Amino acid sequence: MALATPTVEEITALAARYPSKQSAIIPALWAVQHEQGYVTKEAMGEIAQILALPPSLIEATASFYSMFLTRPEGRHDVVICVNAPCMLRGADETAAYLEQQLGVRDGQTTPDGAITWHSTIECLGACGGAPMMQVDHRFEENLTPERIDAIVQRLRTQPAAHVAKARGVAPGEGAAGSSASATEPLRRNRAKRAQN
Amino acid sequence: MGLKPVLTKDFHTENLEQLAVYERTGGYAGFKKALEMQPDELVELVKTSGLRGRGGAGFPTGNKWSFLPKGVYPRYLICNADESEPGSFKDRYLIEKSPHQVLEGILIASYAIGCNLAFIYIRGEYLPQHEALEAAIDEARQAGYLGKNVLGKGYDVDVILHRGAGAYICGEETALLTSLEGNRGEPRLKPPFPAVKGLYGKPTIVNNVETVANLPHIVINGADWFAAMGTPTGKGTRLWCMSGHVNRPGNYELENGTPIRELIEEHGGGVWKNRKLKAFQPGGASMMVLLPEHLDVGLDFDAIQKAGSLAGAGAMVVMDETTCMVDAARRYVKFFHHESCGKCTPCREGTFWMSNLFDRFEAGDAKPGDIDLLLDMGYNIEGRSFCPLGDASTWFPRSVIKYFRDEFQEHISEKGCPFKKTPQEAVA
Repeated sequence: MALATPTVEEITALAARYPSKQSAIIPALWAVQHEQGYVTKEAMGEIAQILALPPSLIEATASFYSMFLTRPEGRHDVVICVNAPCMLRGADETAAYLEQQLGVRDGQTTPDGAITWHSTIECLGACGGAPMMQVDHRFEENLTPERIDAIVQRLRTQPAAHVAKARGVAPGEGAAGSSASATEPLRRNRAKRAQN
Repeated sequence: MGLKPVLTKDFHTENLEQLAVYERTGGYAGFKKALEMQPDELVELVKTSGLRGRGGAGFPTGNKWSFLPKGVYPRYLICNADESEPGSFKDRYLIEKSPHQVLEGILIASYAIGCNLAFIYIRGEYLPQHEALEAAIDEARQAGYLGKNVLGKGYDVDVILHRGAGAYICGEETALLTSLEGNRGEPRLKPPFPAVKGLYGKPTIVNNVETVANLPHIVINGADWFAAMGTPTGKGTRLWCMSGHVNRPGNYELENGTPIRELIEEHGGGVWKNRKLKAFQPGGASMMVLLPEHLDVGLDFDAIQKAGSLAGAGAMVVMDETTCMVDAARRYVKFFHHESCGKCTPCREGTFWMSNLFDRFEAGDAKPGDIDLLLDMGYNIEGRSFCPLGDASTWFPRSVIKYFRDEFQEHISEKGCPFKKTPQEAVA
C-alpha cells in the first residue's frame, strides 16, 4: 500500500526541519504507523526513497524500537505494565483479569478485532497510579475490575481512535484521560506545517 | 522542614498549562531577565547555585555547561524527557502540569550556552505529554518567546520536539544522541563527552526536564536563594516519585536532605494495610535496596550514596513485609534484559542469563550454588559493560542477596516462592 500524499509531504517536511535528514527517520516511521496502523517493509522502502537513504538503515532503526508495529493489530491497543512497582500493587492479578475478560492471551487480538493487548516490562511512567495500563497511548490508572470492565466495554463498540475522530464521534466516556486519538498530534502537525 | 515548594508551587493553579495563566504566576520573567544578562553570567549563576542534574547522575549543571569548547558552533541543547527508569514519573508530572516551565528552562539554558536550536527528546509512551509540550511551543512561538529575534533582543532560538519510540537505553545521553540522529539507540564511548562532540558531532548539552525546570527560579531568585535550600552538596528541592506499598503514592517535592522517613511516613501516609516496611529503593529500578534502619537518611545524593544506594532519578519504591524480594529483583533483571541494546556482550548475554536464573528461583528449579552463581554473573557484568545499563542491572539483585539471602535459600529449599501458593508463571 503506497503512502498517502499527506504522509509523503509530512516526511519531506520533516527532512527539511532537522539539521540532518537522517534524524527524520523515527518521526517518519511514526507518520507511517499513524497512517497505516503498522510499518511494512514496503513503507520503509518508501521512506528510504523520500529521504534518499538506504532502506537497510530505515529497517535497522525501526527494528530497534518496541513501539513500531510490524503487523496489523486490533482497533485499540492496550498495554499493561508488570514491572516491579506495578507488581507491588497487583499488576499480575490485573493482567490476569484483563486476559480473562478479553479471552485472548498476551500479545493477541480479540476475535472481533477490537483489542490487542499485551503486558510489558518496560515501565510506562505511572507507578504512582499502579496498577495501570495505556489504552491507545492514554493513561488509565488505579485500575479495578470494574474500571477494566468499563474500558473493555467501551473499546469493543468504539471505532479505532482516528476513525472516531474523522467521523466526529465524541471520544469514549468514563475513564479520565482517555480521549482523542494517537493519530491526532501528527495530523495537527501536518496541518500546521502546511500553513507554515 | 517547612519549605515552600519551588517547581510545584503553582501546580494547584487551574489551566497552568496555558501561557496566559503561566505568565500570571510569574512565568517567562526568568527568561526575560536572562536575556538582559550575558550568557557567561548565567553559566556562573547556575554554577554558584550548586544545581546538580536531576536525571540520575547528579552532575553539577553549570560545570557541564562550561565544558563546551570555546568558539565552536553550532551548539545544541537537548532536554532529556525520555524518563523511563521504573519507579520514576516526575518529568511526566512536570510536563503535564506546567509545560511552559520546562520550556522556559530550555530557553534559558539555550541562551546561556549559545544554542539556537534546542531539542526535546520525549519518550514515545508519553503521548499526552507530547501534546502538552507541542501546544506550549506553539503558544510560546506566537508570543515571541521563540523564533527569530526573541523579544527583540537579537537572539534566535527554535525548539524541535522529537518523539522516541520505546527504548529505555535512549535516556542514556549518548544513546539519546545516536537515536536522535536516526539510528538504533546504542550508546557511544565517552570521551569525547557530548559537550565536546555530541549531536551531529557538535558541542551538545543534555539536561533533564527537572533540571531545566529549576532554571527560571534560579534566574529570578538568585544563586544564594537556591543554595540556601538543601544540603551542602545537594542544593534545592527534588521531586520524589513514590510508588509501591504506601497509602499515598505520587510526586512530592521536598527540600534535599529531608529524612526518608518523612517522605514515606508523612507525605506517603506510611506503609499501606497497616503492614510493616520491609525495604525500599530510593532511586528506581537500578538502585540498591535499603532497609528500615536507613529511614533517617536524608533525601540527598551523597547521603544516600553513603548509606549504600543511589538517589538516581528520585524514585522511591516502597516494599512491605509481604514482598518477595526475589521476585522484585527478577522483574528488574527481566527489564534490563529486555532493554539491553545488544551492543556489548557482558550486558546482552549477562542480563539474559541472570534473568533465566531468576526464573529458576521463582519456579523452584534453583540449586544450591545458584546464589553465588548470580553474584558471579553480576561481577562479570559490572565494570565490563559498555554503558551504565549493564552495571545497573546488577545493583539491585546484588543488594537483595546481601540483605535477603535467606529468601533465596527458601526459594531453593521450598522449591518455589514462599510468598506465593503456586509457582508463578514467568512474566512475558
